[in-house]
Amino acid sequence: MKHRWSGAGIGVVIALALLIAFGGIRYDGFLGSYNILTVLRYNSMFALVGLGMCFVIMTGGIDLSVGSVAAMASVVSAYLSPYGLLPGLLGGVGAGLVAGTLSGLIITKLKILPFIATLAVMLAASGTGLLLANNQSVAVSYDSAFTTLGQGNLLAAFKPEWIDGDNAGWMGTALGLFFNFPTPAWIALVAYIVGSVVLNARPFGRHVLAVGGGEEASRLMGLPTDRTVFAVYLISGGLAGLAGVILAAQFGAGQPIEGIGWELFAIASVVVGGTLLTGGKGSVFTTLAGVLLLGLIFTILNFENGMGWISLSAYWQSVVRGAFLLVVVILQSRLARTAPA
Amino acid sequence: MANEPLLSMHGIDKRFGLAPALVGAHLDVLPGEVMALIGQNGAGKSTMIKVLNGFVKHDAGTIQFEGKPWAAASPEVAQRAGISTIFQEINLIPFRSVVENIYLGREIRNRAGFLRWRQMTIAAKTLLDEFGIAIDVEAPLGHYSTAIQQMVAIARAVSFNARLVIMDESTSSLDDHEVQVLFATIRRLKQQGVAVIFVSHKLDELYAVCDRVTVMRDGRTVAVASMAEMNKLQLVATMLGRDLAEVRKQGATAFSASARPPGAEVLAVENLAVGRRVTNASLNVRRGEIVGLAGLLGSGRTETARAIFGADARGGGEIRLNGKPVTFTEPHDAIASGIGFCSEDRKQEGIIPGMSVRENMTLALLPALSRSGLVDEARQRKIVERFIADIGIKCSSPDQPIRELSGGNQQKVLLARWLCMNPELLIFDEPTRGIDVGAKAEIQKLIRRLADDGLGVLMISSELEEIVEGADRTFVLRDGRTVSTFDRAEASEATLMDAMAHGTAA
Repeated sequence: MKHRWSGAGIGVVIALALLIAFGGIRYDGFLGSYNILTVLRYNSMFALVGLGMCFVIMTGGIDLSVGSVAAMASVVSAYLSPYGLLPGLLGGVGAGLVAGTLSGLIITKLKILPFIATLAVMLAASGTGLLLANNQSVAVSYDSAFTTLGQGNLLAAFKPEWIDGDNAGWMGTALGLFFNFPTPAWIALVAYIVGSVVLNARPFGRHVLAVGGGEEASRLMGLPTDRTVFAVYLISGGLAGLAGVILAAQFGAGQPIEGIGWELFAIASVVVGGTLLTGGKGSVFTTLAGVLLLGLIFTILNFENGMGWISLSAYWQSVVRGAFLLVVVILQSRLARTAPA
Repeated sequence: MANEPLLSMHGIDKRFGLAPALVGAHLDVLPGEVMALIGQNGAGKSTMIKVLNGFVKHDAGTIQFEGKPWAAASPEVAQRAGISTIFQEINLIPFRSVVENIYLGREIRNRAGFLRWRQMTIAAKTLLDEFGIAIDVEAPLGHYSTAIQQMVAIARAVSFNARLVIMDESTSSLDDHEVQVLFATIRRLKQQGVAVIFVSHKLDELYAVCDRVTVMRDGRTVAVASMAEMNKLQLVATMLGRDLAEVRKQGATAFSASARPPGAEVLAVENLAVGRRVTNASLNVRRGEIVGLAGLLGSGRTETARAIFGADARGGGEIRLNGKPVTFTEPHDAIASGIGFCSEDRKQEGIIPGMSVRENMTLALLPALSRSGLVDEARQRKIVERFIADIGIKCSSPDQPIRELSGGNQQKVLLARWLCMNPELLIFDEPTRGIDVGAKAEIQKLIRRLADDGLGVLMISSELEEIVEGADRTFVLRDGRTVSTFDRAEASEATLMDAMAHGTAA
């Protein structure tokens, strides 16, 4: 696959690199493995939701339901967690797939605009989650392996002893990052690799971009437009469900009131990643960069507070994120204009 | 006319990046004159217009309007200063009323700042009356035909006290009757002393309405003459920059007669009904022949084609493919049975603008080009390169975005898209619309070549010479019914027009 960096896509990568460099220089421990792994662990949920959103937006659609679907899925998986890791996982993902199916059917069969259709599903999922959970959080069972989905490190069991030793050196640090890589981050990483292959090398991925670039043109050349649109909402729902599973596993409880604003965070990540809101153009890995960029802002604020000079309220993160969103988007539109077409 | 020119553009240079778009181009328009501006795609007509109305800034040259230097910063400024442009795609707001569309941006308000609806409504009515249009001005603009919308756009332009109106391919979406109405409007403008720059690909129209013609080629002005001094052939020859003898040899189109007798029937349509537009259409196509489908705009040609292709549901009738009755609910089914369809609306229904030539050609073929679920890019490239060479698509590389190609080359890519699926029947809806003269001839030759290779071709065209010279047989639709059929020998512009205008079902 010949990869051409588009002018728009590289903007977010530059911004991310600058932010990491800024944090690394300014704060002790910012580039330490503990901080890196914490950031990755926490943001893996958002990465999954962002990946689904990326596919939806590439068709020219939007999925407002992802936050409440994740919340509902976290409740479902929490209830199923006593039966083991797999039932919890499948239950949460299944709940997400049901919601995605609903959105997809409303959009393709009833021809309702995605904004309205997923708004309806968002409300329905939110209500369902609250009903199931009786308006409170649902504790996850720690007897089964379920919580490792959020809290575990997939390869920790294979970790050689010497890595944690005092004189392990940089080799030890690097391998430590590898063996201590959080399970949810592995899940997100695999999802992005699969997503990238699907987008770039499978007919379905090209059809997604074609539908976003011109739906009627796609239909008239015989592409399965309805099936493609249906599938992206199914994917988005499934990934939101998976994010919900990780949410429950990570925080030890199904959280029916979590997920508020996730959809906007996901949309922002996708847009920052250079994917056109009108569809037809996009990239999976720049979306990941967008998620990390917006996620890191939260971390930076924490570090800034930790230095003790000023005390910034957590609400500032929204303001800063908003500013960053604007800056990166402006940067991108400038880059896109100067880049050779 | 010995008076001073209203507009005079001289020595205009413009470069986009490294490519020169205009090289010392000039254009003079006298007051009250209708000036035709013609040239192939890329000749510089639209850049010239954009320079004039302030869309782009020229690099060198002088522009004088009404004796004063002219420098419009934007189309809005140009409009207020007396030069209005009517674009091919009407840029008014279909959901809003006619009144609002006429007064948008300069609404009549009372002292408190509220809108004076009554006054605007009356003024809008009076304005349209001047153009001989009596419509309900409070209805949404989108309720009216393209022609009426076009008139409203012109009325809006004139009500800005325009002294010069530019019409950029204004007739391309109008039917014959609507064109006549537009021409009447142009003549009325002339009487009021308003000058018009008229851009069109259709030569007949130029002779019907224009006084003089400015011909552009490769960014230069190559000829300025009165319409009476130049015949069609000279005009085409000047535009193409070719020898007159060569053009004459080609005739009006590049179609030749079919090389061999037609084969078995591939498509038969009987008593087709679609929505309200098509009530009783019948036609058939045999292998190796080009069948023309003629009719005025609104006669149901496109609707018939779309129903055959499964893009729209049919209300009644029968469609047989190779003798077997078929029902397609989606284009996908029709394509699987060997039908291809080139839409008249290339931008919306043909190309995916942001994607490359390669992807546009092979999108529908990807499943077949995949091995274990992954697209086999080497095979894809091989096919694409073969077609680019075979049908002469001009692009810098297969990875060039299709939107950067000229209309003719886009059409060729779409044609290749179908050809790589090995169809038995191809339907063309206005295959050469909006395509410059040179590429037009190439497309026409290609269509004939496909028919000679044994494909059945159904071709819709509004250009009579295309039907007369290209089609082996022609079906004429009128008000949604097939009213007559002509063999090649019987078809002439006169017989076709008679059938379109007066034909009744046998």
